[in-house]
Amino acid sequence: MDKELITQCGDELYDALINRTTVKPLTDRFEDITIDDAYYISLRMVERRVEAGAKIIGKKIGVTSKAVQNMLNVHQPDFGFLTDDMVYSSGGEMPISSRLLQPRAEGEIAFILKHDLAGPGVTNADVIRATDCVLPCFEIVDSRIEDWKIKVQDTVADNASCGLFVLGDSAVDPRKVDLVTCGMVVEKNGAVLSTGAGAAALGSPVNCVTWLANTLGKFGISLKAGEVILSGSLVPLEPIVAGDYMRVDIGGIGSASVRFV
Amino acid sequence: MVKTQTITSMTEQQISEVAQHLENAELNAQDVVKITDQYPGLTFNEALDIQWAIRARKVARGTRIVGMKMGLTSYAKMAQMGVDKPCYGFLADYFSIPQGGEINSKELIHPKVEAEIAFVTNAELSGPGCNTGQVLTATDFIVPAVEVIDSRYKDFKFDLPSVIADNSSSSRFVIGGRAMSVNEVDLRTIGVVMEKNGSVVELGAGAAVLGNPAASVAMLVNMLAERGEVLPAGSFVMTGGITAAVAVEPGDAIVVRYQHLGDVNMKVV
Repeated sequence: MDKELITQCGDELYDALINRTTVKPLTDRFEDITIDDAYYISLRMVERRVEAGAKIIGKKIGVTSKAVQNMLNVHQPDFGFLTDDMVYSSGGEMPISSRLLQPRAEGEIAFILKHDLAGPGVTNADVIRATDCVLPCFEIVDSRIEDWKIKVQDTVADNASCGLFVLGDSAVDPRKVDLVTCGMVVEKNGAVLSTGAGAAALGSPVNCVTWLANTLGKFGISLKAGEVILSGSLVPLEPIVAGDYMRVDIGGIGSASVRFV
Repeated sequence: MVKTQTITSMTEQQISEVAQHLENAELNAQDVVKITDQYPGLTFNEALDIQWAIRARKVARGTRIVGMKMGLTSYAKMAQMGVDKPCYGFLADYFSIPQGGEINSKELIHPKVEAEIAFVTNAELSGPGCNTGQVLTATDFIVPAVEVIDSRYKDFKFDLPSVIADNSSSSRFVIGGRAMSVNEVDLRTIGVVMEKNGSVVELGAGAAVLGNPAASVAMLVNMLAERGEVLPAGSFVMTGGITAAVAVEPGDAIVVRYQHLGDVNMKVV
């Protein structure tokens, strides 16, 4: 794709985000769109957000479960950008009616960094060393693509289908918890909806952060101290509507909850 | 045996015949059609009569009963098997396989493995009205355990009365890892990762079992009370699969990693 078309697609997705509308899948309209094109489109989309006053505060990693990788027929994760206007407090309300289109909730572990991580060559040991704490998190994914009819290029271009997120109240040193076996329980409106464990995300949430640091490192981008990294869902995505109440508990880490209005 | 007949209550003779038929299927590792094909009116109580008759046959032969198991306790399992409530079964001495041991597939029909949390009690529990609090008070320790289930029914297809009659598909179990007190862990969020031949195949957390594995023990006690039975002190109870059941075949190595509780592992030969 040429630069002009990339800018046009990024602007179209930004407008869809702001106006809460959907667009036709890019992969239906531009058959030769590559994953690299899609990342450039996502960069344009986030550039528009920054121009409008948002601040980038971290990254999210997506497509980390086998189920989603099989659905999209890809064998690697993807990433998107987190901005300061995406964060909501645990125990609070999240306004679907003004911020989201076709939201789905996923339970994750968030990493907060205390040192920069510059790939390539980052190992899991480097990630643990650079992590200040891990927190329970709900990521509310959303798609600006009509009816979630996404191929991998569509979701990458659309900022990895990022919507909003909620961080829990407790933060734990990553040395104090087994991130592979820590169990996750997600409840919807008071009933257990799904359970999972850390290994659901590429075998370990730490593997996900390592992948991101090394992937970005190839482009000369590093993860920065203070950034929030959402490491990928440990349970299946769940569609939500206004009125729903979701809670996630993670063994040894803590909980987060959110009410949708 | 007689072709399809609709009955509302089975005679002792029929209970005994079906018990023998199902126990032989287990002992000979030979699958059979589900019992409700022959007795479409089979009730829960009759199904339990059959299960207790199988148990009595084993005890009469000198086999010891070493514990109880709950089955179909996760929402995933109930959906997978098309039933709407849990069931229980007994564990016989020869079901026990040591940690790291071998599951002999020649003795089984179509084994599947599922990760569970087991309870060992230190006081008698009796229903009706047994609750989670009483279970926690009467728990000596919990320990990770993997159950090998093996329905005696063709293609693992059954309904609730049929599976109850078949001792809730009990066949083998492996206790591994480390024992812990219930006040040292959060039973709901204990995570479980099952690996088959080095790849993660199933994941879950304790709450997949009726919201809390301790609730499964309480349900067992209340179900036993319906037959005038109690759960004696020192009982070993497997609370039901946290993960979906995974089919295994000779050559498979299974490792289940538990948060806080260590590993359970076995080979299938």
